[in-house]
Parts: sequence; C-alpha cells; structure tokens
Amino acid sequence: MPKQTLPQVPIKKGEPAYKLWIFEPGWKGELPLILNPRQLAEQKRPALLPGHRLCAGCAAPIIVKLASFAFRGPTIVVNATGCLEVATTIFPYTSWAVPWIHNAFENAASTGSGVEAAIKALKKTGRLPYEHVDVVIFGGDGGTFDIGFQALSGAAERGHDFLYILYDNEAYMNTGIQRSGGTPPFAWTTTSPVGKVIPGKQQAKKPIADIMVAHRIPYVATATPAHWLDLMKKVRKGIEVEGPAFIHALSPCDRGWRHGTELAIEIARRAVDTCYFPLWEWTPETGYMLTDRSLAIARNPSLKQPIEKFVEVQGRFKHLLKPENRELLKKFQEYVDLVWEDLLKRAANAPK
Amino acid sequence: MTEVVKTPKIPPEKQILMTINGDEAVAYAAKQSLVDVVAAYPITPQTIIVEKFSEFVANGEVHTEFVPVESEHSAMSACVGAAAAGARAFTATAANGLALMWEILYIAASLRLPIVLAVANRALSAPINIHNDHGDAYGMRDSGWIQIFVENVQEAYDTTIQAFKIAEDERVLLPVAVNLDGFFLSHTLENIRMLPDEEVHKFLGGYRKTYPKVKVDYFDEEVPLILNPARPLSFGPLDLYDYYYEHKMHQIEAMKRVPEVVREVNEKWYELTGRKYGDGILVPYGVEDADVVVTVLGSTGGTVRHIVKKLRSRGYKVGTIRIRLFRPFPHKELAELLKGVKVVGVMDRGISFGSYGPSFLDISTALYDLKERPLLVNYVYGLGGRDAQPEMIEKMFMELLEIAKTGEVKEKLRFLGVRE
Amino acid sequence: MAELRGYKELPIGAVPFRLSTDYKTGDWRALRPVVDHNKCVKCMLCWIYCPDMAVIWDGEKITINYDYCKGCGLCAHECPVKAITMEPEPTE
Repeated sequence: MPKQTLPQVPIKKGEPAYKLWIFEPGWKGELPLILNPRQLAEQKRPALLPGHRLCAGCAAPIIVKLASFAFRGPTIVVNATGCLEVATTIFPYTSWAVPWIHNAFENAASTGSGVEAAIKALKKTGRLPYEHVDVVIFGGDGGTFDIGFQALSGAAERGHDFLYILYDNEAYMNTGIQRSGGTPPFAWTTTSPVGKVIPGKQQAKKPIADIMVAHRIPYVATATPAHWLDLMKKVRKGIEVEGPAFIHALSPCDRGWRHGTELAIEIARRAVDTCYFPLWEWTPETGYMLTDRSLAIARNPSLKQPIEKFVEVQGRFKHLLKPENRELLKKFQEYVDLVWEDLLKRAANAPK
Repeated sequence: MTEVVKTPKIPPEKQILMTINGDEAVAYAAKQSLVDVVAAYPITPQTIIVEKFSEFVANGEVHTEFVPVESEHSAMSACVGAAAAGARAFTATAANGLALMWEILYIAASLRLPIVLAVANRALSAPINIHNDHGDAYGMRDSGWIQIFVENVQEAYDTTIQAFKIAEDERVLLPVAVNLDGFFLSHTLENIRMLPDEEVHKFLGGYRKTYPKVKVDYFDEEVPLILNPARPLSFGPLDLYDYYYEHKMHQIEAMKRVPEVVREVNEKWYELTGRKYGDGILVPYGVEDADVVVTVLGSTGGTVRHIVKKLRSRGYKVGTIRIRLFRPFPHKELAELLKGVKVVGVMDRGISFGSYGPSFLDISTALYDLKERPLLVNYVYGLGGRDAQPEMIEKMFMELLEIAKTGEVKEKLRFLGVRE
Repeated sequence: MAELRGYKELPIGAVPFRLSTDYKTGDWRALRPVVDHNKCVKCMLCWIYCPDMAVIWDGEKITINYDYCKGCGLCAHECPVKAITMEPEPTE
C-alpha cells in the first residue's frame, strides 16, 4: 500500500503547515489557549485538514478550525450527518486530524454520550492512557433543532461531559436548502418559498440556546466565526466545565443564504451588529452575560444597526427589500428587537 | 436441550445455582462479562434486564457506566459510540424498541462494532401487544447482526456470555443479538447454574482491551480500529458507488466466518461448564431416522421436543431441529441434516406479509440444491403471544405424517392456533 | 484519484485510508487571491478565517497554498489593509 505523508510546505518558524494530532499514550498536560494571532499561526494547527469539499466560502470549517484551536488535549469529535460530515469524509479520504465518528443524523448527542461513557469506564479500569479525553460534538441546525433534539435534550439531562457545537446555517443545506427549526422568519428556502401568497418562512426561529439554558447545564453560549477570539474562549470554557456544554454558532452559507462566497464573515459580523444574533454566554452561577460586540452594543445602543444591514446582502431575504414588503421588514425588525430587549433584561452585565 | 459432559472444568457443584428469570439471567451474564457501557431504555418484556443492571450499578457491584437513555434509538447510538471508543457495550430491547433502533442496527454492523443486544422477543404494533413472537427479530434479519435464539433461561445466561466472545473474535467483529422469548423466558423462573465471576472473566479474556488492527496509508504501522487519540481514524464516512459495495463485501465475508466461531465457542463453553447446545448452530433431536422433521426457533423448541419424544415412543419416525443460529443462516448444515427426510414442517413465530415465515424462506433455499427434496410446509404460530400448546404441535406432526404417507401438500402455508 | 482498491485491500469498518490533503480543491477556483507583501501588516486574519486552511504563515510572511484555495475571496474581503486582491487565474 502506498504510504501517504502530509504536504510538506516550507515553514521558517513554528509548526509544519499541516499535521495529524498525535497524543502518544501517557501524554500529559494541557494545550495552551493562544489568543495572540501571530503565535496562533505559528503554534496551532487545526484538527481539520484541507482537501475537504465544503463549498468555497463556507463558514462551517472556520468554526471547526477555530474550535479546534481551543481544544485542550486528546479529543474525540462526533459529527451529526450534514454538510460538515459529508464533505469532510468522502471515502477514501478524511479531513480529520483527530479521532472522529459519524453515526447518523439524529443521534450525535447520544453517540457522544456513549463515547463519553466509554472514556469514563476505560479510565475507571486503568485502560485510558490519558488524564482526560474530551468529547466535542458538531451538529448542524437540522441535526440539532429538529431531528436530533430529543437526543440532545436527553444527553443534556443526563449530564454527560461533552461540548456540543451547533453550526447553524439556518436550513437543511446538505439536502439543498429546506427550512428547519433554525430558519429565521421570512427567509426563503426551497420548502418555504416566496410565493404569491406566502412570503417565505412564516414561523420564528426556535430559541435553541435558550432551550439549552432551560436544561440548566453548566455552560451555554452563542458565537460566530467572525468573532473568533470570543468563539475560541467559549469553546475552551465549554470543554473545561464538567458536564454538558452547548455553543450555538451562526454559520453563514453562501449557497443557501444567497450571498457572495467572500461574505460569510461579513454577514456573521452584521448578524451581531444588528442584534439578530447576539453574543452571550450563560452559566447557572452568572446567568446570561453579554460578550464581545453585543456587550459593546448594550453599553452603547447607537452601535446597533438596523436589520436591513443583515438582510440586504442575502438573496434569501431579497423580497423583504421590495417596497410592497416594507411591512414584513418592519415585522422582522420588531421580532429582532423583541428578542434583543428580552435578552437585555436577562443579561446580568447589561446596563440597566 | 442441555447436554452434560462428565467432567467439565467447573463441575456443577462449583457453579452457582440460582432461581431466576430470563431477564435476570441476561443481566447477571452481562455483569459477569465486564461490560463497560450499558445504554438502555425500558420496554416490556425486557425491562427487568435494565432494572437488574441498574441495581448492580447502584450497589457498586460493577464498573459499568449505565446510560439511561431517552429512547432505544439513543440506546443503540450510545452503544455505537461506546464500542467505537473501545468499550464493551451492551443493551437490551424488544419489539417497538428494536424497531426504533433499526437505523442504527445497520450502522453498528457496518462499523464492525462488537455490541451485544438482548432481545426479549415481543410482537410488533399495531395493535399494541406485549407478548411474544419473533416479528421483531425477523425485522432485523438483514441488518448485518448475528442472531441467536435461545430455548431456556440457562441458555439465555450462557449465550449472553458467549455472545461477547463471538462478537469480539477478530474473525467476526460483528454485533450479536441474543433472542429470548418474551415472558416465556424473560419472566419465567428457572433453576440455572452460573459460573463464578472470575471464570467468566477468564473465558472472555478480562476487559475488552485488544482491538482489531487496520492499515491506512497515513500510518506506517497497523493501528487499532477504535477512536484513538494516538492514531486517529474516522468512523462512518460518506461512501459512494466507488467503495460502498466493497465495504459490504467485508460484512459478507465476516458473516461466512461466524459459524466456525460459534461452534468453537460452544465447544469451549462445554469444556468449561458441561453445557452445550447442539453444535452451537443447530440442535437436532431424533433426526437420523426421521421421515418428518419440524424446525423451530426459541422456547417452543422444548415443547416440540417433548412431542417428538412422545411420538417416537409410539413408534413414529419424527424428529426436530431447533435453529439456534438464525443469522448467518446455516443453509448447508440444515440441508445436510434434512437429507433423506420426507417432510419438513417449518414453524415460524412471525410472517413476512405477502410471503412466508422468514425461516421457511431460508429453509426452502437450503433444501433447493438437494437431489431429493423433502416436502415443505410452513406453520405460522404463536403470534402476539398465542400459546404453542402441545396438542396443537402434536396435531401438526400428525398432519405432516399424513403428508409423508400421501406425498401431497394441500396447503403450503398453514396457520396454527388461530380462530377463523 | 488513486486506482480503486478491491475489498481485500481495504481496512475493515469502512474507515477512510487516506487524508484529504490528496484531494486538491484548488481546481475549483475561478479567481485567485494574490498577496501584496508591501501592504500586508501580518495581522493573521486571513490565516484565521480561511475556510480551506490554504493560507500559510511560514513565520515571516503569508502565502497562499493554491493546491487547496477554492478562491472564495473571503481573505481578500476581510483583509483590513486590502493587501489581498482576487485576480483571474493565469491562462496557460
């Protein structure tokens, strides 16, 4: 069988450009969380290798890459069926530099429960050659809000020690843009088309992160790949807490949201600037705490942008910009404001 | 039927006599098998297994991580995660619970995870019914699992331990379902003999700690087929028309190696305990000179044998074969045993609607290549827990003996014990 | 794509046997990012945001690994000093 080595790209300083994550048995310690970008670029390599076949400009691999920079040591990744799973493991290839398992669509959290239980049992009987092995689960919105919700809720209630990262591209993108419980109101999808009578999705976005808060697990947060430092810090916290942690990461999708391939980060930024997708974290001790740009907006409301800023760059909302749909846009703004105001009331660090 | 060897390694007096039901027997067997992860959800008539196991956990008698999942789908999913991470994983279910697991059964087998599943066989809905038939097990027939049917509580205990040995054998690496009839076995007390814990540990080689090795191009050496931070592998990729078929060939080849392993394990168990179940695959009785043979799965095997004894004492040339290993199906072995038999009655506690009973289909296939084929009649019986009365079985034999005389099968598919 | 292997040559359990770095996604590209090193302030944002791990920081400067760059243009859009421009792929 032909041997395969990773591409050798000349590096003058720091780690090789691409590497497999190898933790020899007996490995001890903790990988540092590096927040300085230059040091990060020299010392960290992502758990996801290039050659994956996610669309050009997809935000999901950015979320995975940033999350993996915050891994603290040996980590097993569990992946629900979805774009990320499909595009990163097209046989005979894998893009994963860490141990990885995909089981099915609706069971990432229960598969993760099993992995975590196995780690505990192996440790108890002296068969785990590490101090700890972390379990990080990635699921899309379909696999989390909808078909995988029961498994997630059950696993959260049972208190397994894992971090579940939802990469939310707000529709079933892997099957070609069908509406999910994560699709925002008025968005066009192929199953919530903009027709003569019905202008896109007629229902709200399920408040999945709040639902996870209601489980009173040790850590819940929202994040976007644009706010990369915030995301990395949250991932590390989610891994460090004992018990289930949940991060809801917004993942712009150029195919489904109908925007340019260069705009994923820009749109994630606008989602936060317009308060469509506020950044916060929650623990049972602190309650809701705004973070990063959302905290800045709470302190200085003049920074808050109108929802048009989020809508105008996405084809899925283009009907909202038509003069005859001014009312819908207003409704969308009201919906966003209501959710934001509600959050401000609950956030312990929001100015009162 | 239990055959006893003169001098087993652990003589009966050194074994532990217990009066327990089938579910408890399975729970004790799983406990002694050093199971790392049990992920299960209650469903009648399996519930006692998870209850009993929860007691072991609550009393600190096991190291096992018990995952009280929110559904059977998650039970099997958690077992997949646990087994892939290198643990010995066990679960139990029945009927609708097994149906809910269905999707993940295929995944467990395809990923080659040696999970053991106890199925307390129960009829599928609707209408909802909690009693025994084999419709649930027949439903998972094509999922890639090894399926063993037991006849009594002792065998449920013995087979659960054997199942781990079979599943984890490097020639096999497939999940095993141990089928015990709901209520008839799951809830019925029997006196059984259990091995001391350490003997079961020795039989299984202790904890699950050796793993099959695979070769991938990005490591120089062969690496263990588990989720291993030292040598990362990816489980469950997207596999299209260029490789999917090849991966199915792996499962087909592994299934071919199962019978020899089942035979070996049955023999080893015999040496250790003095108990064996035929050759581990088929349990024949009175077949050598028989004109009429009835095949059967599960607990009805005992009733059928009782009738065979009775009829033979009256001079009738009848016999029976209990099919212990249903998947992979022992086509060749059955054909060998049934060579020269005039009529075979195939009892199925389930049916493939619009066709015949699933074991009938396999037996027909098995016998097709014989030069002189026996006549075949399929008897569907016992659906939804309808009792398989001895009189009913005796009547069936008399019918088959009549067919042997006349050489004429009037109805190929018969329904036993149903009101018209 | 390497020659297709028979089942006897494949690892069991359907685990992938090669890393995706073999699969060069660079040929998806219509426009290519070009770095102006005079403008680059080495802020690393392109390295941080690249969805394809195609931005290489070698300890001194940023380069693009065109084997994998799909040409999405995200790096150019996010560059705070406009040091990256998207240019047509050179023809033969």
